Amino acid sequence: MNAHRLSQRLRSSLRGWGGVGAMAVACALTVVFVLLPLAQSKGADGSVGTGGQGVAQGRQAKAEECTDPQDQSLSPTGGGATTTIDEIKARKDRRLIVGVDTNSYRWGYLDPNNASGALEGFDIDLVHRIAQDILGDPEAVSFKAIPTSRRIEAVESGEVDMVVRTMTINCDRIKQVAFSAPYFRTGQQVLAPKTSTITGFNATLANKKVCSAETSTALDSLKAAKGNKIPDSVKIVEPVPNQLDCLVKLQLGEVDAVVTDGALAASQAAQDPAVELKGPPFTDEYYGVAMNLKADDLVRQVNRTLRSYIDDGGWTASYAKWLHATLDQGDKKSTSATPPAAHYK
Amino acid sequence: MSVRAAILAATMTMGEVEVTHPPKSTTAPPGSGLPTMPVVPPPQGQPVPPAAAPGSPAAPEPGPARRTAFAEGADKLRAAATTEPGRLRIIGALLALLVVLFGAITAWQMSDRAAAADDVLNRSQPLSSDAADIYRALADANTAAASGYLAGLQEKPAMRKGYEDDIREAADKLVTAAANSDAGSESAKAIAQLNEQLPEYKGLVETARANNRQGFPVGGAYLRAANEKMQKQMLPKAQDLYTWENQRLQSDYADAKAFPWAALGLGVAVLAALVWAQRRNYQRTNRVLNHGLITASGACVVVLLWLVVGHTVARAGLNDSYDHGVRSLNVLQDARIASLTARSDENLSLIRRGADTQKVGDETRDAYAVGYETQIGQLASALAKADSLADDSAGQKPVADANSFMKAWKDRHVVAQGLNDKGNYQQARDKVIGVGKDPTSVCFDNVDKALVTALDHEQAEFKQAATGGRDAFTGLPYGAAVLAVLAAAGAVLGIGRRLSEYR
Repeated sequence: MNAHRLSQRLRSSLRGWGGVGAMAVACALTVVFVLLPLAQSKGADGSVGTGGQGVAQGRQAKAEECTDPQDQSLSPTGGGATTTIDEIKARKDRRLIVGVDTNSYRWGYLDPNNASGALEGFDIDLVHRIAQDILGDPEAVSFKAIPTSRRIEAVESGEVDMVVRTMTINCDRIKQVAFSAPYFRTGQQVLAPKTSTITGFNATLANKKVCSAETSTALDSLKAAKGNKIPDSVKIVEPVPNQLDCLVKLQLGEVDAVVTDGALAASQAAQDPAVELKGPPFTDEYYGVAMNLKADDLVRQVNRTLRSYIDDGGWTASYAKWLHATLDQGDKKSTSATPPAAHYK
Repeated sequence: MSVRAAILAATMTMGEVEVTHPPKSTTAPPGSGLPTMPVVPPPQGQPVPPAAAPGSPAAPEPGPARRTAFAEGADKLRAAATTEPGRLRIIGALLALLVVLFGAITAWQMSDRAAAADDVLNRSQPLSSDAADIYRALADANTAAASGYLAGLQEKPAMRKGYEDDIREAADKLVTAAANSDAGSESAKAIAQLNEQLPEYKGLVETARANNRQGFPVGGAYLRAANEKMQKQMLPKAQDLYTWENQRLQSDYADAKAFPWAALGLGVAVLAALVWAQRRNYQRTNRVLNHGLITASGACVVVLLWLVVGHTVARAGLNDSYDHGVRSLNVLQDARIASLTARSDENLSLIRRGADTQKVGDETRDAYAVGYETQIGQLASALAKADSLADDSAGQKPVADANSFMKAWKDRHVVAQGLNDKGNYQQARDKVIGVGKDPTSVCFDNVDKALVTALDHEQAEFKQAATGGRDAFTGLPYGAAVLAVLAAAGAVLGIGRRLSEYR
C-alpha cells in the first residue's frame, strides 16, 4: 500500500508542478543527494506532511497490497499548478462537465414531472456545490448521463471532468482514476418486501431467490458468501443489466430479495413503500468523486469542497432531504448517516 | 386351368392384332380359329350381354373351377371382338369412357387449381397479411408505449389511442388467426402463447406508466422489461406465425400454378383415339365425315385449348400477383418493422439513459443507440429493395417519399443525439418526442404513412393480379364437364350410326 502511495505521490507531484516544478525538484534533489542524503524524503514531500515514516513503510510493503483505498486521496491543502481548473475556467461554455446517473432515484435522477428537466438527488447536490466552488455558479454544470460500465472510460478519455455517480472507491479503480476523499459510506445490503421473513444477509435467505446486477459487487459478494455467510440453498437468479431491474423482478414476485449497495437499495425502497432494507450493510464501501489521474489540482479542489460541504452542514441537509427517510430504519441511524472522515495520503 | 390361360392369352393377342391391322372387309373375322370358346355368338346383330349371360351358367358342372367375374368379362369382350359390331361397340364404349374421364380429370384438376387460386386470394394471403399485421401491431404498440413514456405528461391523446388501437388490433387478429389454425399445430401454440403474453406485456407497460407518473425511475425499468418481452418473446413468435402463414401461401401458390399434366395428357390421348377411330372408319367405309366423332373431337380440342390457355393466363396472373404483390408486400412489411424498431430504440435510448450498454468492438455503447443504427440501416436496405420491386410510379412514389423522410429522420436524429451527448437532455428529448423544432417524431410518422400508402398500393396490385389469375379458371371445370359429356355423346352417336348399318 505504501509503496503504491509513494509512487503515486511522486508521480502526481511531478505532474502537478509542471515543467518548472520538476526542474526545481531536480535541482533540489541534486542538492539533497550531494548535501543531505538523510533528508531526501522531506525534500520531495512538499506539504503532504506524512513524513519519512510512510516512505520507510512503503519500501517494505508489496505493490499489490491495497487496503483502505478510500484513504488515498490528495490533501485539499496541496499546492501546485491549477492547470485543469484553469482549463475549465477558460472554456467558452464555462461549465463543469460531470458524468452522472439519471436513473438513480434520490441520487441522480431526472423527474419526468419536473418541467425544467433539472436533475436532482444527493449526487446532484454535491455537483452543484463543486461547481459553485470552482466557477462561482452552482448551475454552471453540463450533466452527462454515463452508463455504469463507461464511468472509468469517460474519465480517462477526458469526456467528462469528473464522475459523481454512486461510484465505489476500490483498489482496481484507483489505478485508473483519481478519487476524491470519500463522501458517502455504504455497504451491500438486502432489500425485501416488508412482510418477508428475510431479516438480512444471513440464514433467513435460505431457499430464496436473490437478484443482483451484472458485474456488480453484490453479485460477487453473493457468490463468495454462498455456503458460508448465507445458506447454500440461496438461488442467485440470472443477473440483470441494472440494479433497478431487480426492483421490477421483486415487485413482480420473480425474486424474493435484492442485494445491492445500501444507497441504491434505499433508492429502490423510496420507490416502493412495500419494500424495505433488511439488516445492516454487510460490507464497507465508500463513494468518491472520480477524476482523471492527471487532474491533481481538481482532486484537491473537490476535497476542499467536500471538507467545507461537510463542515457547514450542507452534506447533512442533503442527506436529510434525499436519504434519511429510507436509509435510517426507524430510530436506528444508518452507518451512512454520518459523513465519512477524510484521511488523505 | 393353365391350358385355358394359355389359350386366353393367345386369343387376346389375336384380338389385338386384329384391331391394329383390321381387315378391309366388313365381314366377321374367322371365328373358327377359336374352337374353345364356350359360347360363339351369332355373327351379326346379337348384342354381347345376352349371348354371354347364359354362357356362364351354361357350365355349372363341377369340372371347371368357378370362374371370376373378370374372366367372364374378358370372355365376353373376346367374344364381342370377333365381330365388327362388337368391335364398334367396344370402340364406342372406350371412346366415351376416355372422353368422360378426360372431362372429369380436367374438371377435377382445374377446380383444384381454382380453389387454390381462390385460397391465395381470399384465405392464405389475407392470413399471411393478418400475421404480418399482428407483428406490425405489436411492434407499433411497443413503439407507441416507448414514445408515450418518454413524452410523459406531454403524451398526446392520439399517441395513447394509437397504442390502445394497436393492442386491440393485435388481439383481434390473433382471434382470426386462431380460428384459421389447426388445433395442436405450431401456429396454434404460438397464437396461444401470444394470447397469454399480450396481457402480461400490457401490465408491464401500464406499471411503467404509473411509476413514471409518480416520478419513479423504476418505470423505465418496467418499460425495458416490457420491451424485452416484446422483442425477445412476442415478436419472434409473431415472426414464426408469419413465416408459417407465408408457407401456406406459397403452397397455395404452388397448388394453383401446378400444370395439369394429367388432364393435358389424357386430352391428347383422347384426341389421338378419336382420330384413330375416324381413320378406321374412313378405311372401312370410305366415308370421310362422321358427325358424331367430329363433334367429339371438336369438343375435346376446345377443352384442351381452354385448359392450356386458361391455365397459362391464370398462372401469369398468379405469378404477377406474387412478383408485384407478395414480394413487394414482404419487403415493405420488413421496412415498416425496421422503422418501428428504430423508433422505439430511439425513445428507449433516452428513457434508459445508458442503463443498457453493449460492446461494439472495443467500444462500450448504449445498446439502444446501436439498435437504432442497425434498424435504420435495415430500413434503408428494405426501401432500396422495395424501390427495385415497385413496377409503376404509383408504387415507387411512396417508397421514394419514405426514403427521403428516412434521410431527414437520420439527420435530425444526429442533431438530437448530439444534444444528448452534450448533456442537453431536455432539448434532445423535446426533439424526439416532437415538441421541439425539427422533431424526429414527424419524420418517423411520415415514413410510416408513406409505407402504409405503399403497402396499400401493393395490396391492391396483388388483389388485382390474383383476382385476374383466379378468374381465368372461372367456368373451366364446368365447361370441361359439359363439353366432355357432349364429346362423349358425339362419340357414342357417331359410333352408333355406324353400328346401325349392321341392323
